[in-house]
Amino acid sequence: MPIVSAFLWGLIFALGLGLAGMTRPEKILGFLDIGGNWDPSLMLVMGGAVGLTFILFPRILRRGRPVLGDRFDLPVRKYVDGRLVGGAGLFGIGWGLSGYCPGPAVVSLVTADAGVWVFLACMFGGLAAGRWLNARQAVRLATLDTAAIEAVQLPGSADGT
Amino acid sequence: MNIQTLLSTLGGGVLIGSAACGLLYFNGRLAGISNLLTGLMPPGTGDMPWRFAFVLGLLAAGMLLLAVYPQAFGAAPRPLWVLGFGGFLVGLGAQISNGCTSGHGVCGLGRRSLRSLVATLTFMGTGMATVFLFNRLNGG
Repeated sequence: MPIVSAFLWGLIFALGLGLAGMTRPEKILGFLDIGGNWDPSLMLVMGGAVGLTFILFPRILRRGRPVLGDRFDLPVRKYVDGRLVGGAGLFGIGWGLSGYCPGPAVVSLVTADAGVWVFLACMFGGLAAGRWLNARQAVRLATLDTAAIEAVQLPGSADGT
Repeated sequence: MNIQTLLSTLGGGVLIGSAACGLLYFNGRLAGISNLLTGLMPPGTGDMPWRFAFVLGLLAAGMLLLAVYPQAFGAAPRPLWVLGFGGFLVGLGAQISNGCTSGHGVCGLGRRSLRSLVATLTFMGTGMATVFLFNRLNGG
């Protein structure tokens, strides 16, 4: 059942993207072109989508568990840091260059347009590169923490030696 | 902007929001596409089936749209190398900031996440600056 559910919500999600015009890069680029020939209609997409999630998400989460699962799987990070802002900044530059973000690009695969295939292939390359960078960062942080703990413990001879 | 554009964009947004709510309500998962795709990349995660099913749903909808509403699609007015470079930055940025338009923009704002608000404002801002500069450099 969770599989059928995921398939159906994916289908509805993508029908929404198509109806909203998110799968037309020209429209996205028009929306981002505030200094030129601005097309503000995509604000309605965000309005419609976020309007619903903003009202319904808290009610759904109050249930304690999803209908077809044991628990809600949510991100735990709360802090705003350089990685968040820097990553989002790079994402926006790529979005503004291409007119595609990940969801609409996947849906547009069916058009067999060379541009969207190139975009997606390079996007997966970027995802892999980012994952590698994140892993390196995690290792560095872990090393730093260990060093800090050792520095604190050594003078006091915490282990009694 | 005519009334038809108005209704289809608002209707599309409502469908996107409904799907995000439905996936959370039934599956307990957030409809963040970049994170969903990352989980499908090798070595993969323990929850591949629902991820594959969601992506299959996206592709099935794509085929449906192609059959009954082909004007939903249009090629990007950019050279291939720009699309490739843009794609790389989209992937890299989404991974480093843990989310994309759907994850931070639709789901994160719904969760009233400060991180997602900051991310959304940031990528909207750099996206607008990029289009502005790109058009200037191309004599627009």
